[in-house]
Amino acid sequence: MSPQSSPDERPDAQARAEAAAMRIPDLANADPDIQRRARWLTAEWLLGAGETQFHVTQREGRIEGFQRGPFLMRPWTFAIRADAPAWLEFWRPLPAPGFHDILALSKHGRLRIEGDLHPFMANLQVIKDIVTTPRARP
Amino acid sequence: MTARIEPVIGRYAHMEVAGVPHRIYFEEAGQGIPLLCLHTAGADARQFRHLLDDSEVTEHFRVVAFDMPWHGKSNPPDGFEARDYRLTTEGYTDLILAVVRGLDLDRPVLMGCSIGGRIVLNIAALHPDRFRALIGLEAAAFQQPWYDTAWLNRPDVHGGEVCAALVSGLISPTAPAARRHEILWHYRQGGPGVFQGDLHFYRVDGDLRPKLGRIDPARCPLYLLTGEYDPSCEPADSLETAARIPGAQVEIMPNLGHFPMAEDPDRFRRHLLPVLDEIRGAE
Repeated sequence: MSPQSSPDERPDAQARAEAAAMRIPDLANADPDIQRRARWLTAEWLLGAGETQFHVTQREGRIEGFQRGPFLMRPWTFAIRADAPAWLEFWRPLPAPGFHDILALSKHGRLRIEGDLHPFMANLQVIKDIVTTPRARP
Repeated sequence: MTARIEPVIGRYAHMEVAGVPHRIYFEEAGQGIPLLCLHTAGADARQFRHLLDDSEVTEHFRVVAFDMPWHGKSNPPDGFEARDYRLTTEGYTDLILAVVRGLDLDRPVLMGCSIGGRIVLNIAALHPDRFRALIGLEAAAFQQPWYDTAWLNRPDVHGGEVCAALVSGLISPTAPAARRHEILWHYRQGGPGVFQGDLHFYRVDGDLRPKLGRIDPARCPLYLLTGEYDPSCEPADSLETAARIPGAQVEIMPNLGHFPMAEDPDRFRRHLLPVLDEIRGAE
């Protein structure tokens, strides 16, 4: 399967991707390794899953807010957005090649990274790990 | 003695590369056909430690892996501080030929990974008669860039951390955690700007597509092995390169990524050993 193809286009993909995304705050906040490495990350950022945006408020690593959009005039620093089927494949225990990493997805246009990329790149590994938390371990 | 001592020996070799004195660190093990190994960009020869410690390989091959200048335990040449490090196709080729000559390797097998796999194609085009066989791991004549390398070396982003974080996505999700983190540790240890300087060859200087027509695997056999979980050199990239070189052999390796020899050595050797057997059988 290539990242251009659509692995899971069933009609409830949007709802399932949103449900998975909403698990991120509890999973990331309960993970001591993520918390240890995310301590330099204080930012407001967006996670986009298909048509829905989640606004993330993160302070010294801890996710203190995770709100479902739409928003009016809500500032954010960087955004990570992908379509719902791409996230669902990304969160499978063993994703298909090309769906296993956010930058691999971005190479083929299935995921977009936007805004001020400095905090994103300076904290890249732990941000990758935070957005990967809904993935069940293989 | 209770410790298990690996049969690997590391030494320093003094040699000139393009007229400039260098002190090159290399490790070797085994005897027989020389097998010269080239590490990936921004890393060093430690990536081949499993191969150097594999008796099924070293029984028939003298495995040699060196740290490129600026990498691992090979110093940059004197005066390096006055300029940015940038690897070029010509400079990389000169380095490999200098090591072959300096260590007196008789028509070695050359196996390189990533940038090492790319330069294998240049060797195939220009110097096939000096080598017994060529193996490109995660190799293609051209690959689409997947990030802006300006992020790799700037004072407000930790260079080691960002290099490691970027390449973490090139490792198969099936790789053992210990091997994954060992690869990332090596990337955290690279000198400032070195990974970026290596990628100059990859991104700016090294589009080898115009040279593919000169490659004749009948003169020197060419094998391309690429992991399916490599988003940098994707299987399609290697397949496209192989399709333009009649006689090249290509294999896509399931559940491996951009660092096959380091991320899952047991899985990788199942693909490499038959290739080495074939090379040995042709003797």
